[in-house]
Amino acid sequence: MHMADALLSPTIGGAMWAATAGTIAICARKVQRDLDDRKVPLMGVLGAFVFAAQMINFTIPATGSSGHLGGGMILAVLLGPCAAFLTIASVLTIQALFFADGGLLALGCNIFNLGFFPCFIAYPFVYRPLVGSNPTPMRIAVGAVLGGIVGLQLGALAVVAETVLSGISELPPAAFLAAMLPIHLGIGLVEGLVTAAVVSFIWKARPEILQYTIESRPLGHLRLQKVLIGLGAAALITGGALSWFASSNPDGLEWSMAKTSGKEELEAPPTAIHRLLAGLQEQTSFLPDYGFKDGGTEPEIAGESSSSWPAVDKGTSTAGLVGGGLTLALAVMIGLLFRKRKQTP
Amino acid sequence: MAKIESAFLDLTYLDRLATGDTVIHRLDPRVKVVIAALFVVCVVSFDKYAIAAMLPFAVLLMIIMGLGEIPAGYVITKLVVTSPFAVMVGIFNPLLDQQIVLHLGSWAISGGWVSFLSILLRFGLTVAAMLVLIATTGFNQVCMALERLGIPKIFAVQLLMLYRYIFVLLEEGQRMHRARALRSFQKRGMEMKQYAYLLGQLLLRTIDRGQRIHLAMLCRGFDGTIRIRQNLRITTRDIVVFLAGGMVLIVIRRFNIALLLGNFITDLLQ
Repeated sequence: MHMADALLSPTIGGAMWAATAGTIAICARKVQRDLDDRKVPLMGVLGAFVFAAQMINFTIPATGSSGHLGGGMILAVLLGPCAAFLTIASVLTIQALFFADGGLLALGCNIFNLGFFPCFIAYPFVYRPLVGSNPTPMRIAVGAVLGGIVGLQLGALAVVAETVLSGISELPPAAFLAAMLPIHLGIGLVEGLVTAAVVSFIWKARPEILQYTIESRPLGHLRLQKVLIGLGAAALITGGALSWFASSNPDGLEWSMAKTSGKEELEAPPTAIHRLLAGLQEQTSFLPDYGFKDGGTEPEIAGESSSSWPAVDKGTSTAGLVGGGLTLALAVMIGLLFRKRKQTP
Repeated sequence: MAKIESAFLDLTYLDRLATGDTVIHRLDPRVKVVIAALFVVCVVSFDKYAIAAMLPFAVLLMIIMGLGEIPAGYVITKLVVTSPFAVMVGIFNPLLDQQIVLHLGSWAISGGWVSFLSILLRFGLTVAAMLVLIATTGFNQVCMALERLGIPKIFAVQLLMLYRYIFVLLEEGQRMHRARALRSFQKRGMEMKQYAYLLGQLLLRTIDRGQRIHLAMLCRGFDGTIRIRQNLRITTRDIVVFLAGGMVLIVIRRFNIALLLGNFITDLLQ
């Protein structure tokens, strides 16, 4: 369920980056303030543990397919939400850089989808109330399974929302949702079962390890509402600003709206939403710059975008094909040239 | 199971590439990180039917890969291996967007196919850009660059710590996995219960390791603050490359070079 750069628009990608960066900053401050220096190496090795665990597969009963641990829930149980969020973010960063899971722009989305929901929603609001301060294997199992399902359903929902809002893919939201939610119900169930089994194993073998997070309040002094409002505002403002940049030639009204949204905090969310949607609409209805997909395109948007995009006619499409073909050939040639040069010395 | 071994190979292979000493390797990592980010943003900001306009970015990437001596075969293999999600979501475009936008002789191409190709191209360019960044820079350098560029220090430390212990834990996991495989004869798959026990054992060892590392750090004078050794220095060459690279990216994003080239050629032919 890794989101990919190819399906994201810069507006959505940037907004999710802002939300993720904000969460990382808040978590970093909280972890640093806790001054528990045992956590520094522990977060490092547990991240590596999740990494190794994801590389080992097991067969899912009755399906014949295989699965592995996602890790967000188990980290939250072992480290508490803030440290767990930083850890899962670091794991996803390495996966993006080395294994090309997702991409640089999609990293913001991926960290949010796979980290925020298990750490800040599923753990404090599902797992903790169910397990309480006196865990039993049964309670751990129920809490972990429900937590895993809630976390992954929200994550899948976010993937659909990000893809649809980006407008690169043509998938209708309802069909995409209908495909993603049931699949992730299964994945969440498996994630929950594995988490439950591992946590119960640890609880039986070394209960003192879990005692540490059981005693702490899940979010400490952090007020969740404040965090959520802050994140939402950050994402909307960035999204608004980016979509303003995305339109090549904003008219006076838009410009003034962007200006007010930067200055008046109370006005920011509605105007930012408007700008976000306007930017999206503009993106999805851009004239294709080769070919003649005529009709239906709003004239004012076409007028606005034509300043940076060449006019559309038959000649342009031929030129586009010829030029594109030549550029592609050039790329391949450069590759071959360097390869030869490397082999000869 | 080859997955854990192949992960190990990938990490060490990219690490080995990063020890190279080419024009690209010698650049300051901050310059490379920012240029890579700009590259990705430029590519994804194209409209959904763009193909020709994106190809100059492929040329640029090829030049960088050539200069950095990154084998194209490896990058292409990685692209193929990681493509399923983009392909699966993108493949619906041709089915849903059937408006004809282009005629090649008697062959009509619908908007969906154009946008599907565009998705694949975006995917290839963004993923390849990232692999090239890591293969010419190395992860530690990228982390230091990120720390200098302003990510929270504790997160930079977390990334460095994680990268250091990934190798250790992958080896540990690999050993346990192999031990189980050797003792289970013909039974090929692992069941969930065994998987959970295996992970539980691994987790206990991991936590113990974390405690040992903490004690070792305390012995060496760790006082709660983390210091990252910095030996990054920006030279004039870095600044020149940064400005030139940024300009090139903006120019090929702004002007459809492929189309201009095509216009030039077709004019010439007429």
